[in-house]
Amino acid sequence: MEHGNLLFDAFIYLCAAVVSVPIAKRLGLGSVLGYLVAGVLIGPFVLGFVGDQTDVMHFAEFGVVMMLFLVGLELKPSLLWKMRGPIVGTGGLQVLLSTAAITLFGMYLGLIWQQALAIGMVLALSSTAIVLQSLQEKGLMKTSAGQSAFAVLLFQDIAVIPMLAILPLLAVSSPELLVNSNSTHLGETGWIQGLVVVGVIAAIIFGGKYLMNPIFGFIAKSKLREIFTASALLLVIGVALAMQAIGLSPALGTFIAGVVLADSDFRHELESNIEPFKGLLLGLFFISVGAGIDFALLFAEPLVVIGLTAALIIGKFLVLFVLAKSNKLAKPDAWLFSVALAQGGEFAFVLFAFASTSGVLPTGLIGLLTLVVATSMLLTPLMLIVNEKYISPRFATHKKEHRDADVIDEENPIIVIGFGRFGQSVGRLLLANNISATVLDHDASQIEMVKKFGFKVYYGEGESAELLHSAGADTAKAIVVAVDDVDSSLNIVHMVQKHFPHLKILVRAINRLHAVELHRLGVNDIERETMASGAELGAKALVALGWQSNIAYRKSRLFKKHDDKSVMELAAYNGDENEYISKANEAKRLLEETLKQDTHWPHEADEHAWEKPGKLK
Amino acid sequence: MRNVLIILAHPNLANSQINQALLNAVNKNDKVTIHDLYSIYPDGVIDIDDEQEMLTNADVVIFQHPFYWYSAPAILKEWLDLVLQFNYAYGPKGEALKGKQWLTVLTTGGSKNAYSTEGHNRFTIRELLTPFDQTAHLCGMEFLPPLVAHGARNLGKSPERLKELCEQYQSFVTELQQDDFDSNTVNHLDTLNQRWEQ
Repeated sequence: MEHGNLLFDAFIYLCAAVVSVPIAKRLGLGSVLGYLVAGVLIGPFVLGFVGDQTDVMHFAEFGVVMMLFLVGLELKPSLLWKMRGPIVGTGGLQVLLSTAAITLFGMYLGLIWQQALAIGMVLALSSTAIVLQSLQEKGLMKTSAGQSAFAVLLFQDIAVIPMLAILPLLAVSSPELLVNSNSTHLGETGWIQGLVVVGVIAAIIFGGKYLMNPIFGFIAKSKLREIFTASALLLVIGVALAMQAIGLSPALGTFIAGVVLADSDFRHELESNIEPFKGLLLGLFFISVGAGIDFALLFAEPLVVIGLTAALIIGKFLVLFVLAKSNKLAKPDAWLFSVALAQGGEFAFVLFAFASTSGVLPTGLIGLLTLVVATSMLLTPLMLIVNEKYISPRFATHKKEHRDADVIDEENPIIVIGFGRFGQSVGRLLLANNISATVLDHDASQIEMVKKFGFKVYYGEGESAELLHSAGADTAKAIVVAVDDVDSSLNIVHMVQKHFPHLKILVRAINRLHAVELHRLGVNDIERETMASGAELGAKALVALGWQSNIAYRKSRLFKKHDDKSVMELAAYNGDENEYISKANEAKRLLEETLKQDTHWPHEADEHAWEKPGKLK
Repeated sequence: MRNVLIILAHPNLANSQINQALLNAVNKNDKVTIHDLYSIYPDGVIDIDDEQEMLTNADVVIFQHPFYWYSAPAILKEWLDLVLQFNYAYGPKGEALKGKQWLTVLTTGGSKNAYSTEGHNRFTIRELLTPFDQTAHLCGMEFLPPLVAHGARNLGKSPERLKELCEQYQSFVTELQQDDFDSNTVNHLDTLNQRWEQ
């Protein structure tokens, strides 16, 4: 930013993102790594397009604030209340144990205890940005590993507050700064400060619950989209500023605001307005982390940096793994949880800077530690990939059982991939009719429980032929693909058709376009996930309007049949494929076409069913 | 060659050895369509348009079903109620089925003797089928005497008799397809089976 040419910098950042992120995604590396690598490339140590990252990073950190607002929007207060155990228990223990471990290690390396403790606290924190973004991208947020990781991150956000208070107390070199910083943060006496904090949080909760709905309603009525976007941004920035003013973490504040607004009518509106800003700012943040890596220092002291980074990651991993085990997380979940959180976080950059001005830590040491944190962040996406590719699959096959009872294992005639809301319905029906199914899901905790009921279960995404092979696909008769992601579903279908052509494939279609693509692949046993239940409720709506229920049911079934047929016709349509199937923005056109067809639904004969007199043919 | 449409109504076909054997026998013939109502409409919601289209294209319609309570399984009654509409099958403009032939193929638990004035079912098969006969008549269709697999349970145990019945069914369908038999030679019969007993 010191060039003063904002547009040029923006061009460089956007260019780096646009080039590297799609490539990284295509290579299966995830967007976070793409951004980080892009940052390294344009940074001062490779191409040198951009300079000092401090300002950019401070600006981009706002992406994390927005991210927590969005996470809050997804989390109803009741749900958050249910998570209080893991947040305080797991989160609290993680911060305490990691701080203790790192402090002891620091003292072992010869630091005085104050410095070691300061470093311990700062490094105990993980990177909300990297962890949440990576887990969301992989669709792992809803798994028990994802939920536990989120609980820990949330506690860390809260823990920053006391850390900011404690850090100055650890100062050894220039105690006068302690007074200064004390006056900025704890200027009033403790209890007045406490009252202010409680007051501001209460105001956020009260405002979110009672004021925001009418205000957003009023703004929405103006029908000016950009004004709604502006007010959404205003809300987030306002809350962040208020939190900063009282010395709390802005991310925590916006998270609370998000939770309060999770019940609001405008939740989705807010989500879609903030989402792009969050995405870009987070991207910028990752780039700035990448660009900020001090390669000069790395090459000057490679062994020290690598050694410390390894120590940090391994140390945090061990603490997390012990916690995961004591929380009875299943093995793959425990690994995912521990690998995901085993890095330093963005708070470290802020807190190190603060520790430096407070005179707690010398500048030279901070440079080294900042580099260690950045390196550990850079390594996280890579470690997640290693975990996903090489570690998780090892828990998938239940090798021992497999050998002991080969025959019995492979007798299950049907495999269900994906055991969420949809797969469960399928599996339960089978179980109720004494048919044992083999279930594959990526949520290990779910799976452990299901096992008790006689299902044979495997942990995994079901996209690999090896996994299906060990799940008994060679001897099974049919496979139900009930995953909730279109791409993953199509990948599985391709793979099954290629490697297990004898299997009858039945698929949960996420939407119309997905159903069309499945028909084109020759899969005709499809059920669109919401069509059947929507049609059922539609029948009930007809009954509510006074129709006789058997007639309403009949209309609903005939309508569904007509609709299934129109999907098949769409699949057989041989014109310009792009005309129909070009992706999400076509969904609206598709709906229009469908509605048009519905008004011409040729069911004249049915108008006279059961001797209802009608016009003569 | 004329089109033969077999409307099959059996709610538990997998357990009916006789019906399966009969179907396998006629399935060898070309231009025979077997239309399994329970498998096509598991929820009982019959598509009138589809059914009428199929029916219009057929020259001979065979209704094959077990003789539940001296009638057909429920889905066939629903089928009749819905598909044979006013001004399609009957009524001033209802001529879609005119001149087509109707053959009922039955499986019964009771023996041949049970279906007689002296037997415990008190009526002959032909008498009990009167509603179907009249339905065909109202639609302008020719109602042929039914082909009956009596004593279905015992029939399953004597492969020769079952084989014989299957062959009779198949050869009769062939005759129907080629339109080379005179219905006057069978119209007086109580069941079609008697044709081969004479």
